[in-house]
Amino acid sequence: MAATLPGESSRGGEWQPGLRESALFDRNVIAEIQRAAREGIYDIRGFGAKRRLPHFDDLLFLGASVSRYPLEGYRERCDTNVTLGTRFASKPLELKIPITIAGMSFGALSAPAKEALGRAATEVGTSTTTGDGGMTPEERGHSKLLVYQLLPSRYGMNPDDLRKADAIEVVVGQGAKPGGGGMLLGHKISDRVAAMRDLPKGIDQRSACRHPDWTGPDDLEIKIGELREITDWEKPIFVKVGATRTYYDVQLAVKAGADVIVVDGMQGGTAATQDVFIEHVGIPTLCALPLAVQALQELGLHREVQLVVSGGIRSGADVAKALALGADAVSIGTAALIAMGDNSPDYETEYRKIGTSAGFYDDWQAGRDPAGISTQDDELASRFDPVLGGRKVANYLRVLTLETQTLARACGKSHVHNLEPEDLVALTIEASLMARVPLAGMQLPLIDELAVRVAPRVAGERDRPAARR
Amino acid sequence: MCGIVGLFAKSPELEQRLGVHLAAMLAQMSNRGPDSAGVAVYHDPAPPGSSKLTLYSADPAQQWGDLCAELAGTFGAAHEKSVRASHAVVLVDADAGEAESWVRSHHPELRVMSAGTVIEIYKEVGRPEVFAEQFRLTDLQGTHALGHTRMATESRVTTEGSHPFSTGLDLCLVHNGSLSNHNTLRRKLQREGIEFQTENDTEVAAGYLAWRLREGASLEQALEGCLDDLDGFYTFAVGTADGFAVLRDPIACKPAVLAETDDWVAMASEYHAIAVLPGADEARMWEPEPGVVYVWEKAVV
Amino acid sequence: MVADAALATEVVDLAVTPLRELNQRLHDVGRTGAGPARWRIVNPRGAHAVACGLDAELEVEIDGHVGYYCAGMNQHASVRVKGNAGTGLAENMMSGTVVVEGGASQSAGASAHGGLLVVHGDAAARCGISMKGVDIVVRGSVGHLSAFMAQTGRLVVCGDAGDSLGDSIYEARLYVRGEVAGLGADCIEKEMRAEHVEEVRELLARAGIDDAAAEEFRRYGSARQLYTFKVDNAGAY
Repeated sequence: MAATLPGESSRGGEWQPGLRESALFDRNVIAEIQRAAREGIYDIRGFGAKRRLPHFDDLLFLGASVSRYPLEGYRERCDTNVTLGTRFASKPLELKIPITIAGMSFGALSAPAKEALGRAATEVGTSTTTGDGGMTPEERGHSKLLVYQLLPSRYGMNPDDLRKADAIEVVVGQGAKPGGGGMLLGHKISDRVAAMRDLPKGIDQRSACRHPDWTGPDDLEIKIGELREITDWEKPIFVKVGATRTYYDVQLAVKAGADVIVVDGMQGGTAATQDVFIEHVGIPTLCALPLAVQALQELGLHREVQLVVSGGIRSGADVAKALALGADAVSIGTAALIAMGDNSPDYETEYRKIGTSAGFYDDWQAGRDPAGISTQDDELASRFDPVLGGRKVANYLRVLTLETQTLARACGKSHVHNLEPEDLVALTIEASLMARVPLAGMQLPLIDELAVRVAPRVAGERDRPAARR
Repeated sequence: MCGIVGLFAKSPELEQRLGVHLAAMLAQMSNRGPDSAGVAVYHDPAPPGSSKLTLYSADPAQQWGDLCAELAGTFGAAHEKSVRASHAVVLVDADAGEAESWVRSHHPELRVMSAGTVIEIYKEVGRPEVFAEQFRLTDLQGTHALGHTRMATESRVTTEGSHPFSTGLDLCLVHNGSLSNHNTLRRKLQREGIEFQTENDTEVAAGYLAWRLREGASLEQALEGCLDDLDGFYTFAVGTADGFAVLRDPIACKPAVLAETDDWVAMASEYHAIAVLPGADEARMWEPEPGVVYVWEKAVV
Repeated sequence: MVADAALATEVVDLAVTPLRELNQRLHDVGRTGAGPARWRIVNPRGAHAVACGLDAELEVEIDGHVGYYCAGMNQHASVRVKGNAGTGLAENMMSGTVVVEGGASQSAGASAHGGLLVVHGDAAARCGISMKGVDIVVRGSVGHLSAFMAQTGRLVVCGDAGDSLGDSIYEARLYVRGEVAGLGADCIEKEMRAEHVEEVRELLARAGIDDAAAEEFRRYGSARQLYTFKVDNAGAY
């Protein structure tokens, strides 16, 4: 949906004495009710959750001073490499930086946009990921390390590409819509997309919410076994879940034999999902991460089964905080698109023509992206230069890495993975409880100070408090 | 999320070796359920006028003889039939329901795993192979048995949370799947006086069956009620004094295979649990239809 | 492993050879082009992922019942199971032939892109779910939700079909000789024209089924009403 733009209310946006806007029925709510009544279908859009959520912004690092010694920037090393898939795979994924590119489909994105992501990831030594639509030659060709997703739809899934992949990601869900299937609206099913997905051109494509040949962790274990057999036990197998019942999901994915767990918080983006799903299903990345870490620790497999976290990673501060809370790496999606040129002010005139504005554009499902990224229109896609776009994303990944290192050095760490929860404090009570770090100025996490028993719901434990990290 | 096995003997030779086959079947399901395991075995009916309880104690120093003396003091006669690891089977000269209530009220530290005249339930945390060893499953004889291996989803890995769950005298339930409305149903059943020991979804299904049976439903009616009242995914196997019943939810995503020869009827989540049985290669095999109650009983087979 | 000289068939006994070694050897033949082309696997005893990921013109015969994902992602190979098959038989097959002499559990041929899958017994629920070009011939009946979201390819059922056949179907063509318990959303019966009879005849012949006449089948396919959202179809979602 087009966003309500500044100064564009029905009364011209001018405040007048005596006019009082309802907090409950604000202008966006009213516009949505009117739209629903007009169109008779739920609002489908791209982007992630737009509501305010407790996030990494509510955490701060305790830099070194007298009790701890910092590392000198530029001169003293602060390593960033990470290996994913050390549990069972004979060929784990060696990354130079702990930031990967999340799965985004060819179909949702144009071929040049996918190419740009591959170029960027390769330039900085990290991996990129396919999506719900199969693997394109452009993407494989430009990605040194490519993770191949196995999704419920199985669009474009084939054993040749499976063997070409560097890792396999079994997608159970994504943060924007845990429990939901995919969706690609008719205007984005071009000839090439239709051929790759074995679908008629121009139809609304509905993807299933469950895999066609397994349901539940006991069957997932067998599925993972099959994937390992097909690929001769070489490739790391990731399991990606949208953040909801994260503690249990992580434990079960580990029991099912995953090498790597990917937890996508509710801020994770999407190309096309019902707004009601994006905004109302799932839990924030900030609380999903500690639940995942707790699950791994209780199994004695934290760091042995690697944890990748995504959903709302924007800056090196977000990266560093995620690593400190126990992630082995993070993934970016929306931020990578923005780095490429999504929502760029350069296209303001065209955004206005389609009823939106730079900074508000979320109609990624519509295929009319002026920046040529979330589209299958040849003219629009040709505007996007994959070399330049790739360069921008690579630059952005470098900045994230430099920022992460800056924060790690400030905390005295020679490797970003040595960041730990005790390096963090929270600004708000919510963040303290969710991230399980002390409120700034307190000694212990609020959760301990208040002797709060999160156990029955969080850990399935009734008679003892949740284990501390 | 688990593995289920069931075996119904049609020949005396198979009855003799029921435990051997049950242990072999259970071991085949250990990947589906590495967290805990359990079995219900039907054999050695208690003499007329007496009943059989399977009791569990978390205390390794539990003195079952003392308990039997107390039971004898109350009901006239009671003796310890067998002890396997943390479980003891006790015969009491009393109605099974009364004996069970007495243990519950006088020994809250103990758990009544099963009550009736023929059923015995054993269950414990840990890998199924270890469980089979600890509980000397291969010694067991009987007419029929159910077994379960558990991959815990949302509730604790405990002895109490393991399957089978008792659903009434000589009845028990094992489950593969995940129920989605069990919290609401648990509250409703609690108002009906059904007690629960865990947060486990399967225990709610067991409580539901116990409640329906208490209200006069037949086992088939109670199982058919599941189709209306339980939401989510399930393959159930229910043990009865005379046989067992199988039910899959209408969507039927969770697997189930049935097989039959002249010597046995078997049910399992996957065929390779049946493959270990004698004559499995020649067995007639089929899958239970969704939403259909299947019952095998001595009289029928 | 014993070389059966008379048939020049490599025999692998899964009671002694680990599954991983068997699959690795089958893959190595595909990769190197060297090695036996005919294989017989004995004592599968319900093992999962038997002969999955094959990528060469091998002939593989499996003596006994198999578990999940037998012949998964098959390419080029001919796999015959002399027994029953578990969940996800020939899932995502690309080409080649998979024949099961007994029955198949749920999701047989799930999301398969090509090749021919023949089930001589019954196939359970979700047969041909998400199929993307495969041809499936079932001599017996299929369970509920078969051909759910079927995209392309053909499903021929000589017996009956369970409830919700072809729910949310795209362009796949379904042929059923017996009763259909119920059609899924957007699936309708269509006219059986001469070319369809010919198509069924050809598929039955390829499957080696000669006791069913192509004229006895009825055709089902997409009404194409759910291809783009219309308010009046909201109830079907």
